[in-house]
Amino acid sequence: MVVASGNRSTANPYSLTGNRTRDLGELVIQALLFACAFLSVVTTAAIIFVLLQESIGFFRDVSIFEYVSGTQWSALIEPRSFGVLPLVWGTIMVAGIAGVIALPVGLGAAIYLSEYAGERVRSILKPMLEILAGIPTIVYGYFAVNWVTPQLQNLLGDRVGFFNAASAGIVVGIMIIPMVSSLSEDAMHAVPDSLREGAYGLGSTKFDVSTRVVVPAALSGIVASFILALSRAVGETMAVVLAAGSTPNLGLDPLQSFQTMTAFIVQVALGDAAAGSIEYRALFAVGMTLFLMTLLMNVVSQFLLAKFRDVYQ
Amino acid sequence: MLGAHSRRLAVRMWIGRIFATAVFACTLVGILALGLLLYQVLDAGLTRVDVAFLQDLPSRFANKAGFNPAIVGSIWVIGLTGILTIPVGIGAAIYLELYAGDNWLTRIIQVNIANLAGVPSIIYGILGLALFVRFMDFGRSVAAGALTMSLLVLPIVIIASQEALRAVPTSLRDGALALGATRWQTIRGQILPVAFPGMMTGVILALSRAMGETAPLIMIGAFQYVPFTPGFGVHSLGSAFTVMPVQIYAWAARPQADFQATAAAGIIVLLAVLLAMNSVAILLRNRYQRKVRW
Amino acid sequence: MGALTRTRRASKFAGLAAGLAAVSLVAFAACGGDDSKDTSPTKPAGGATAAATAAATKAAGTADYSSLSGNVVIDGSSTVGPIAEAAAEEFGKVSKVKVSVGISGTGGGFEKFCKGETDISDASRPIKDTEKTACQDGGIEFVELKVGVDGLTVVANPQNTWASCLTWSQMRKIFDEGSAVNNWNQVDPSFPDQALKIYSPGADSGTFDFFTEEINGKVDKFRNDSGVTFSEDDNVLVQGVQRDKGAIGYFGYAYFIENEAKLKALEVDKDQDAKATPVAADKRKGCIGPSDKTVLDNSYSLSRPLFMYVNKKSLAKPQVKGFLQFVLTNPALVSDVGYVQVPDAEYTAGLAKLNAN
Repeated sequence: MVVASGNRSTANPYSLTGNRTRDLGELVIQALLFACAFLSVVTTAAIIFVLLQESIGFFRDVSIFEYVSGTQWSALIEPRSFGVLPLVWGTIMVAGIAGVIALPVGLGAAIYLSEYAGERVRSILKPMLEILAGIPTIVYGYFAVNWVTPQLQNLLGDRVGFFNAASAGIVVGIMIIPMVSSLSEDAMHAVPDSLREGAYGLGSTKFDVSTRVVVPAALSGIVASFILALSRAVGETMAVVLAAGSTPNLGLDPLQSFQTMTAFIVQVALGDAAAGSIEYRALFAVGMTLFLMTLLMNVVSQFLLAKFRDVYQ
Repeated sequence: MLGAHSRRLAVRMWIGRIFATAVFACTLVGILALGLLLYQVLDAGLTRVDVAFLQDLPSRFANKAGFNPAIVGSIWVIGLTGILTIPVGIGAAIYLELYAGDNWLTRIIQVNIANLAGVPSIIYGILGLALFVRFMDFGRSVAAGALTMSLLVLPIVIIASQEALRAVPTSLRDGALALGATRWQTIRGQILPVAFPGMMTGVILALSRAMGETAPLIMIGAFQYVPFTPGFGVHSLGSAFTVMPVQIYAWAARPQADFQATAAAGIIVLLAVLLAMNSVAILLRNRYQRKVRW
Repeated sequence: MGALTRTRRASKFAGLAAGLAAVSLVAFAACGGDDSKDTSPTKPAGGATAAATAAATKAAGTADYSSLSGNVVIDGSSTVGPIAEAAAEEFGKVSKVKVSVGISGTGGGFEKFCKGETDISDASRPIKDTEKTACQDGGIEFVELKVGVDGLTVVANPQNTWASCLTWSQMRKIFDEGSAVNNWNQVDPSFPDQALKIYSPGADSGTFDFFTEEINGKVDKFRNDSGVTFSEDDNVLVQGVQRDKGAIGYFGYAYFIENEAKLKALEVDKDQDAKATPVAADKRKGCIGPSDKTVLDNSYSLSRPLFMYVNKKSLAKPQVKGFLQFVLTNPALVSDVGYVQVPDAEYTAGLAKLNAN
């Protein structure tokens, strides 16, 4: 250990290797790797900066109060009006319909796969459900326009507009089923068998165990999966653009056209407003709103997941 | 007394059976929807898929329209994205798993990455538009598209690589360090080779997700009529381009029924490519799981 | 053990097959590339046959474009877009030039054009004064070329059996700012009780500018409520009107012709002008629908010229000049797509402008 020679920094008690060149090399590598990791922080900062910069310009022309409480959204046509509620409502409408489909179906599938299905059945059905998550959203959009909307029109007749929120909501719902079922099933799997055994021992049926023991025990994990899936539905773009249209709408009829925040962003991007114009800035303001909404949902769901992990792992 | 009990039991048994059927039905709903979707797409588009479709340029005639520029564009963008994200993503994962201490900075970075993974893809499109297309003046080019997709895919690659690293037994690291290797030597020589297949699985899955993304590339300006491929040289980086999902969108947005069939054909090709990528990833994972024996 | 090995072997073969499929896909795609096959389509587009297109391409044979290469960037009107796309497709067969066509809308196209981001701007209306100033500020000089005439068509769903002709005053009632008309029987009491839905181009569209100025008296003056679906993409509007029984919409004639079987064109009767001043009884032309004849002789009241504006600096590039020469010497492309050609003299004048710059 104490060999005197050229590069050795034996005087340095913190040296990693006893060799100055290698020390430097290690430090350089560590710095490089740190930079890679830090890039993620830079990305978030960039997103926030980009969104904020143009939004500030937007809010100089449009009061935040009008933006947050206004009920008319008309960014491109005179007379202009920038109340964001119709866009947020459109997003909620589509995500809501998606949730109505995906949450019960996903939870049911999770219960089946976790509590009822045998190993063999599970190994076949689970990957099949995962495939749903891997299908690109544009395919869902195509499916909505070419099958779901015509079927709805067959079923319900003239009331169903060519662009409608129901069609978009249905396919987005199908798309997020695997998110709910996978994460919920993971949560239920983590519940210790001792809880189940105990309940069986006291005379419960499988139904009792599933609904009164496992689901409550896994609840925070399940709720986290719900929120994560809904956050995905909120951020969904292509299926909504193709199926739900671009008419801002504050109404209650899901069979009419609605415009979501994401659809508006695409609309401005395709029409390409001039940089610095109020439509261009509106794109960023709406983007900022969307970002904050999904950020909040993701943070809450991560908090719930962490809480769940603490209890059971 | 016993009669009432057995009646209650019978009711509970029935509830049990109904419930079991219900949850099984829930599982089937998803799978049936999948089958329906695939059937509809295949029915509409399979006849349009042939070698000509893969080689031709888009056209205003629906049955002459080809998918070639979209395929080449996708290969370019996803290829470049892979080249950019593999070193950076793996580097970040190595740092977080093997170098970083448990301090506030590390925790911020971890939380940050988890959040970025959940940001809607269109936000990345906005970022790409403002940063790469406008500010850095790359214009509506392959380079801008690849950079944007790299940012989108990076959190997923980092998370997957971290998982792969965590699966490596610590005995490996400890052994190497005990023999006098530096940290980097340990990583490069022992840990990385073992974790690499798992990381590659994650990368391939992330790239296959990127291949299906439409919204960010529409923001970058891939939505145009592009009757040419970016080519195969360095000049291609600055070329206008389109990718498979955007081309499908352009076709699906046309009213002529013939173009719906063309869009369906494009979807079939896209799904086939995704299936291939995912199969490779799963193959890798199976082989890798078999090899690790401690 | 047996089942597991079988599964693993199966998955290995599946993976191998999938991998081979992917590689062959890529190989086909890569090796294919720029050689487009000249097979004739089984269904002609835009009313003309492949023969006309082939003839058009051959007629241009006096000029040799095969040595040209490079890029041409076009953006602008989605009405003129089909012309640019058709020309790009045919031009790509006789040269190595890469022409990309965007459809951001006439307004959006000019914004890019005046910043120098595009070589050619498609427009379904003449350039506005504000846009001219913007171009001056950007140091952009341009040449204006007239490439065709469009009969802007007002359409309804084919199941609409009650309306066949609308007057200016009726249309203003439907489309004007603040209008709350949402049922056909409000347009004319003899019409049935059917919900009325409007499909309109968006604010960036030259079609929108032209229509609002003609019908409502001022550019950008239009109703803006949930009864209107706006889209920059004329294809989306066509889809909407096709599938919605009570729909009414308007877009370029080419989009109507492409989808003639699934749309119904309405005749228009100019009973008042843009400022709502009634037209004198002897000047009224009555109900006239769009056709090649009525558009060219201007009896159809919603005719409008279609333009391509080219950046003078871009004209210095041989591929840009060559492309525009191709467009102006192949007016059959214009009618192929569904619009009306301008008289030959105008195309010759356009060519002269090209050569002068």
